[in-house]
Order: sequence, then C-alpha cells, then structure tokens
Amino acid sequence: MLEGFIPMGNDTIVLLGVNHKTAPLEVREKFALTAGYIEPLTILKKLECLKECYLLSTCNRVELLFTCDDPLGSRKEVLENLFGSQVTHSELDNFIYHYENEDAVHHLFMVSSSLDSMIVGESQILGQLKEAFRHASELKTSGLVLNKLLHKSFTVAKRVRTETKIGASAVSISYAAVELARKIFGKLSDKKVLLVGAGEMAELAAEHLVGQGVEEVVVANRTLENAVKLAQRFNGRAVALEEMEEQLTLVDIIVSSTGASGLILTKEQVKPVMRRRRNRPLFFIDIAVPRDLDQGINELDNVFLYDIDDLKNVVERNKAERDLEAVKAERIVGEEAIKFCKWLDKMEVTPTIVELRQVTDGICRGEMEKTLSRLDGLSEEQLKSIERMAQAISAKLLHHPMQYLKNEQVSHETKTRINTVRTMFGLNNRGNG
Amino acid sequence: MSFLLFQISFGVYFLATVTYMAFFVSQKGGIRSLARNIFLVAGILHTLHIIMRCIEAGHTPITNQHETVSFFAWSVAWGYLSFRWRYTVKNFGTFVSLLTFILMIISFSSIKEIEPLVPALQSWWLPIHAFIAIIADGFLALGFIGGTMYLLQERELKKKRFGLFYYRLPSLDALDNLNNHCLTIGFPLLTLGIITGSVWAKQAWGNYWQWDPKEVGALITWFLYAALVHQRFTVGWRGRRAAIMTIIAFISVLFTMWGVTNFVGGLHTYGQ
Repeated sequence: MLEGFIPMGNDTIVLLGVNHKTAPLEVREKFALTAGYIEPLTILKKLECLKECYLLSTCNRVELLFTCDDPLGSRKEVLENLFGSQVTHSELDNFIYHYENEDAVHHLFMVSSSLDSMIVGESQILGQLKEAFRHASELKTSGLVLNKLLHKSFTVAKRVRTETKIGASAVSISYAAVELARKIFGKLSDKKVLLVGAGEMAELAAEHLVGQGVEEVVVANRTLENAVKLAQRFNGRAVALEEMEEQLTLVDIIVSSTGASGLILTKEQVKPVMRRRRNRPLFFIDIAVPRDLDQGINELDNVFLYDIDDLKNVVERNKAERDLEAVKAERIVGEEAIKFCKWLDKMEVTPTIVELRQVTDGICRGEMEKTLSRLDGLSEEQLKSIERMAQAISAKLLHHPMQYLKNEQVSHETKTRINTVRTMFGLNNRGNG
Repeated sequence: MSFLLFQISFGVYFLATVTYMAFFVSQKGGIRSLARNIFLVAGILHTLHIIMRCIEAGHTPITNQHETVSFFAWSVAWGYLSFRWRYTVKNFGTFVSLLTFILMIISFSSIKEIEPLVPALQSWWLPIHAFIAIIADGFLALGFIGGTMYLLQERELKKKRFGLFYYRLPSLDALDNLNNHCLTIGFPLLTLGIITGSVWAKQAWGNYWQWDPKEVGALITWFLYAALVHQRFTVGWRGRRAAIMTIIAFISVLFTMWGVTNFVGGLHTYGQ
C-alpha cells in the first residue's frame, strides 16, 4: 500500500462480504477471521493495489472495505490473499456480495444502524464496528476516506437510534420478559430471580436478567445436582423444589420451566405469600409447556403472571412495530449515503486543488528567489511585502479556477471540470513529483 | 391588571397542555423540554397574578370560587414543579398540565369580582390557614394523578393488552413511589391545615370545633388519608389498593372544597 498518498479522483470504494443472509453457517465459518484483526490487516497492508482498507468479522458476517484504482483486480488479489487456502472459487462467486461506491456506503450504513442484522435493531453491531475500526486505525490501514466513512457510519447509527424506535422493542421472548419486569419494578438491580427448573429456556431468560443487573439468582430443581450446576453459572444458590414456597417471600421474579405435567403452584399458595411480602410485587414468568402455574395467580393484587403465549404476543406486536420503524430508518440511511457521496464528490477535486497550489507556490518561490538575488539593500519589511504581493497575485489568479472546480452548479460533470483545469495548468504532464 | 395576568397565564397553561399532549403522542424529547419550559413560564405568570390580586384586594385571594380554584391550580402546578427538580416521572407532566388547565377553566368561568372581606375573615390566620390547606390539596391532587396513572398502567399489564399507556407511562414501582411521596407531604400539611383552622375557629367563633359542614368534610378526608397512611405503614398496602384509596380520598377533598360550598352551605360559605 502507498504511504501518505493523496486520494485521487478515480478511486473506487469497494465492499465485499458474506453475511447470514447470503451464506449458510458452514460457509461463514470458513470466511470467519478467527485469529483477530491484526494478521489479516497486515496481509492487506502489504498489497500494492489497495489504498485504504478495513475489515469486520462477527459471528454473522465478514466484511471488507477498501479503496483502490482497479476494483476487479484488487478484489481478486484480496480474496486470494485472505481466503485462498480455505475457500473454493465457486464459493467465492456464489456467496460474496460486492458493492461499489454509493452502494458500498449505503450497505455500511445499513450494517452500522443494525438494519442488516439478524435481529434488526440490536445494538451490539455498533460496538463490533467500532472495535474493528480501532484496529484498522491503529495499524493505519484506513486513511482519509475510510476514516470519514466509518465515523459517519457511527453517527448515522446514532441518528437512527434517536430518531426511530427501532431499538426500543423487545423481539425475543426473554427480552420481552425483561422489558415487562422493568415496567413492573422500575430498576432491577435490587431484585432477585428464582428459576424453577433448570432447562435451557430458563437459562436464557436468566442470562438476560443477569445482564440487566439483578441482584441474585436462585435455582430450584427436582434434581439438586442440576440446580447447583446452573446456580454456579450465575454465582447464585441452589434450593430444593420443596423450598419453592418459602423462597417466594424472598425473590421478586420467578421463571418457571419445569417438565411437570400438572400445576406446581396455585393461587391459594401464592395468596398468603403476599401478606408475608408486605405486598411487594411478584412477577411470574411461565415458559413451560404444559404450563406450571395457575392462571388465577394473575388475579391477585400486585402479582403478575405471563405465560409463553402472552410473551409471544408481546414479541409479535413489537415485531410489527419495528418493521414500521425500519422503513423510517432506511430512509435516514439513504439520505446519509447521498450526503456522504456528495462529500466524496468534493473530495475528488481536492487533489487537483492541492496540486494547483503546489504548482503556483513553486513558481512564486522560484521567481522571487531569482529577483531577490539581484536586488540589494532591501529591509526585512520590504522583503516581506514583496513576498506578500507574490502570494496575493497567485491567490487571485487561482480564485476563479478554484471556484469552477468546487462549483456543483456548473453543468459539466466533476470529472470534466477536473480534466479542464488539469489540462489548462499542465498538471497531467507534471510527472510524479 | 391582575385579571390580564390571569388571562395570559390561562393562555400559556393552554399552550403547555397542548404541547404536553403533542409530546405524549409523539414522544419526542424536543417537544417535552419545550412543554416543560412553557409550563414553567405559566407557573411564574400565575404566581405574579396571585401577588397582584393580593395587592389589589388587600387580602389573600382565596375568598370566592374564582380565587380558590385558581389558587388550587397554582399549588398543583408548583407542587409538580417543586419535585420535578428532584426526580422525573415519565409523562407525569402531561396529566398535571391537563388537570391544572381544567382547574383554570373552572376558575375562569366563575365570578371574578373582588369582594370586601367579611369581618370574620379579617385575621392573620386567613393567609396561614388557607395557604397550608391549599398546598396540601395541591400535593394530594398530584397523588390522585399518580394513582390514576397507576391504575391505567396496571390495567394494561394485567390484561396483557398494551395500548396507549404501556409504553408511555413509567413503571408501576415509580408510580407507587410517587403516590407515597405525595402522601407523605400532603397528609402532614392537611393535618396542619385542620389544626390551624381550629385554632382560628377558637378565636373567631369561640370554639375549636363547630361541626360545620366544611369541618366535617375535612375530617372525613383526614380519616380517609389517615387510613391509607396507616395501612401503608403497617401491612404494606401499595399498588392498586393504595391507588384506589388515593382517588377516593381525593374525591373527598374536592367535595370538601366545592360540594360543601355549593350544595350544603354552612359557616365557611362566604362568597360564590
């Protein structure tokens, strides 16, 4: 890769990748960069054809973003160097998506604002993106264009998050349960959870609740051994199933998922508990099929019971709402992609402007030196004003060409305008120095 | 002059209520801070109005329905503003501004003449007794709003049908705390209001307690709130039951305030 380059007008932004939509897990596993970012980024850095590059690898996607002169040639070289040994040619052709310029920008913004995620609206992806970018900028593989692009993708994600409700709704059962718990208890940090039954679903729900900072997890199970095992995972304690009623006075949220064929708790058993709890609320989550808990429990004051179907309904409603919000979010992404491409367009003229200044500065300095060597006895003041005059002349001469370059209203395309100026000032046959 | 200020603050309260409603529907943060500021401005203008009215009348403006209800609206507004600094309850402002505005409408449509003070009321006890009682009523009104919000939210959680309120109202815990908070401020003030009233009664009428309809109403109200406080402390009443009790007790407050004056009469009835 070239160090310290100036972005040229004909660079292309290319995005290559596989994700959960285009490729099955077996294929994604082959692409996954399990060894971290440093090694693959170092490989990419050595490639002459790339100007800037960055890559992202998560469990659902692997994406490469780079700028280069020759998109197709670079694509081949990059893929060969990164995945040559593990992936066949047909796999590359079948599963990889390839976006350029505006499409690439658009796709990146979709990813960062979590519209391309498996669970749309989840917030993890932004953190992963930032992490990946940190590596790229530490190794200096990203430059002017990609730095700006990635920073923009973070702000777009933030804008989507604040202007739409895309991240607000719970779209998984265990997340919905957490959301309900928050509506009942407010903060969960001083609440205790009792898991009845040590199944997988209970574990998942507990994980979410622990993630929200609940104080303690208690596990009650028919076989104490399994209870102890699960309790250890959450630094909690295990109790026998027979102690459940007694535990009800101590805990606040109960997640029940036993394989029992009948009810394990009735309204009549819960009623006296409420008196002992001084009416502090209880939230029962029954995710067992068939149900573990008596429906009548929900009728008690300050007691709330949700079974698996109730939670599914919450999730469905949230999904419908989220889809509506996604439309709004995609509009924001589209808008920002267009804005970014406008900036890129302006970027295209930057190298020409820089060169133009270099050329005129060179001429000024050369002519000044020639003239001043023939003039004697000038004071500091006078020297300075001559210098200022030379600079002013060159700046005034350049004013109109610069305006012409930057002006989007002129009917010519940016490329034509750049070419005109470059020909007029002889920038194209200046050699490379 | 004071009536002009009343009209302006009436208009600003209206604006605040409309803005709060817009926030309630749209849930946009920008609209909320706008609504908060408008409401604060309305509260300040209203304060100026009461001061002006006080100067113009030469006594505490609490002697007829126009003045009393306006004063009541003022104490609801400032009760809300006073603890908004300490903690926020999601969308509470919408409900508070609505109640304040309704009170202002009632006040607006009452007779607004300034009447000379009846001799019995010419005392330093008037501002003290009236002020304490009206502040107590303000906090009890906030408790009533909190209770109503609690019931709305609890209904959606129990029925498992999430409509307008589920996403917009705060957690049940927050609403129950609000209820408790208003009660711990409102109830002692109510007690103090009754005590100052009875001391004044001793001076004005020669007896601490007359069994005048207003006094009976206040006593019933006091017993209702006392029962609620007692149950909260001893058996931990909370949530739904506490919310319903707050609402019933507040209806008793309203009855003591208007019902007695308008339908029953008695010694406390001075102006209309």
